[in-house]
Amino acid sequence: MPDSTEIVRTGRVWKFGDQINTDLILPNTAFRLPKHEQHKFAFESIRPGWVDAVRPGDLIVGGDNFGMGSSRPVGAVLHACGIVGVVAETINGLCLRNLTNESIPAINCPGIGAMFNEGDNARIDFRTGAVENLTQGRSIRGIPLAPLLADIVIAGGVIPMLVAEGFIESEPFVAAVN
Amino acid sequence: MGATTIEKILARTAGRERVRPGEIAVCRPDMVIQLDLPMAMDGGWYRPKKIYDPDRVALMFDHAIPSPSIKDASGMAEGRRFAREFGLKHFFDVGQHGISHVVAAEHGLARPGELFVCPDSHTCASGALNCAGRGIGMSDTLQAMTKGVVWYPVTPTIRYEFVGALPPQVSGKDVFFHIAHTYGGHNNASLEFGGPGLAGLAMSARRTIATMCAEVGAEFAIFDYDSVTEEYLRDRLDRPASPVAPDRDADYLDLRTIVLADIVPYLILPHSVPGNGTKLSEFNKIIRIDQAFIGSCANGQIEDLRIAAQIVRGRRVAPGVRFIVTPGSQAVYLQAAQEGVIATLVEAGAVVTNSTCGACFGYHMGVLAPGEICITASTRNFKGRMGSPAAEIYMGSPATVAASAIAGVITDPQAFAREHI
Repeated sequence: MPDSTEIVRTGRVWKFGDQINTDLILPNTAFRLPKHEQHKFAFESIRPGWVDAVRPGDLIVGGDNFGMGSSRPVGAVLHACGIVGVVAETINGLCLRNLTNESIPAINCPGIGAMFNEGDNARIDFRTGAVENLTQGRSIRGIPLAPLLADIVIAGGVIPMLVAEGFIESEPFVAAVN
Repeated sequence: MGATTIEKILARTAGRERVRPGEIAVCRPDMVIQLDLPMAMDGGWYRPKKIYDPDRVALMFDHAIPSPSIKDASGMAEGRRFAREFGLKHFFDVGQHGISHVVAAEHGLARPGELFVCPDSHTCASGALNCAGRGIGMSDTLQAMTKGVVWYPVTPTIRYEFVGALPPQVSGKDVFFHIAHTYGGHNNASLEFGGPGLAGLAMSARRTIATMCAEVGAEFAIFDYDSVTEEYLRDRLDRPASPVAPDRDADYLDLRTIVLADIVPYLILPHSVPGNGTKLSEFNKIIRIDQAFIGSCANGQIEDLRIAAQIVRGRRVAPGVRFIVTPGSQAVYLQAAQEGVIATLVEAGAVVTNSTCGACFGYHMGVLAPGEICITASTRNFKGRMGSPAAEIYMGSPATVAASAIAGVITDPQAFAREHI
């Protein structure tokens, strides 16, 4: 019986290089779109068609400084794409916040890039930092997810927490378009 | 072992004796800023039922003003409603506006020794004033403004010590480029700046450097407090400053010395910043430009505009080049007008725009077409940042951008000065 507070994800890996920035994940041309359409341009300028190829439950293996750049909600975009976990050589600190707050567990794991080919299957235990390449039968240890961040992931992200605690309304404000 | 400046500010706001790298600090912010863009973007804004302190939650419109679309206009109408509902002490509507980090500095809202929270990635700008800030997300901001809580991973700190003084035609932007070019990324590290050369480094240079530290992936970036800080903040603060200094035996990941006299103008090549620069004196390619831009939270200061005006005075922007200059705030705009800086720029053929984040993030003006080349003194050069992903963005200091706008090709401002000034 798995512990209900476990954060273990098993899935197919998409591999990205170094310095993947926020503007590649969410270009500003998508800012005024309805929320359910904002993710449709993710990685369009470097990997056209990726949004159609990614499946719910997939994982990202990133390079150095993954998600560098702005505050734009890249966690929400990757969540909408179906991504359920991110492991990278290093994750940009602001991106880490945006992933965590959208309930996507994310950890740093130096050496991860050499461990995976795109399409390999991975099993990642975010609480312990144990990363396995199920396809190649190899493993590596990353830096465990901090307990406080794990709590946000388990709670489904920070917005549901704030709603449950009575700090914000349960539905987002939607600015008029006409 | 002693504590760094950032560790001290995080410890105080976390109500702790001490925090150490590897921990998560859960802090109470001293000031929380909200912006227009989260209210315009679907999913960025949930109406708060309460806020933790109406005197410590400020609303600033900067990203898309005056409104370029109905959606942005609707977001700002919601912002005005929100400011009224909770009786916010600080609200900067169109007319009192500017880019948030510039306005925060001008109005003394980023205070020495305090923790400053804002949903813009360049919030590390506040570090110039010995104030701890790092960009957070839109949902983080909701948590900070309602619950009065914000968390930060405590990271190791790298300390930079400045010695000497900058040569002519070299500015704070080049100091940052030198650091980014020499040391590359600073992910999962906070940066601290001080040393004997700090006294000669103008506040405008410090603000540029602190702002740009987001581009090397730093957590926090903070400057020591000194008489330059004190002088800048004179008559701006509504309560006494509480500067924080690092302990003598603070534990640093690395200590690095920057010899300011050795800094030269740099060019950053398209698409990313860390380790992607070249000294302009060693750059031999002829790169014809379509657009030159000076502005943003990094380079919209009056000092940046003066540098541009000095270089273009009595000259004309090269045919086929659009030279766009955006003051960082209404206050900078007014000062530039009073000093004749705007007249000089316009006489040379530049376009001086309203203060906004606009062109820097390609949202509502100065947008680049496919195949175009821009040189910019703003914050970022990502693919697609200022318009088409098929455009190329080079980065330089305000002097480099102004000299390039006149020459029509990317130009070393030191060589330009030798030839023309």
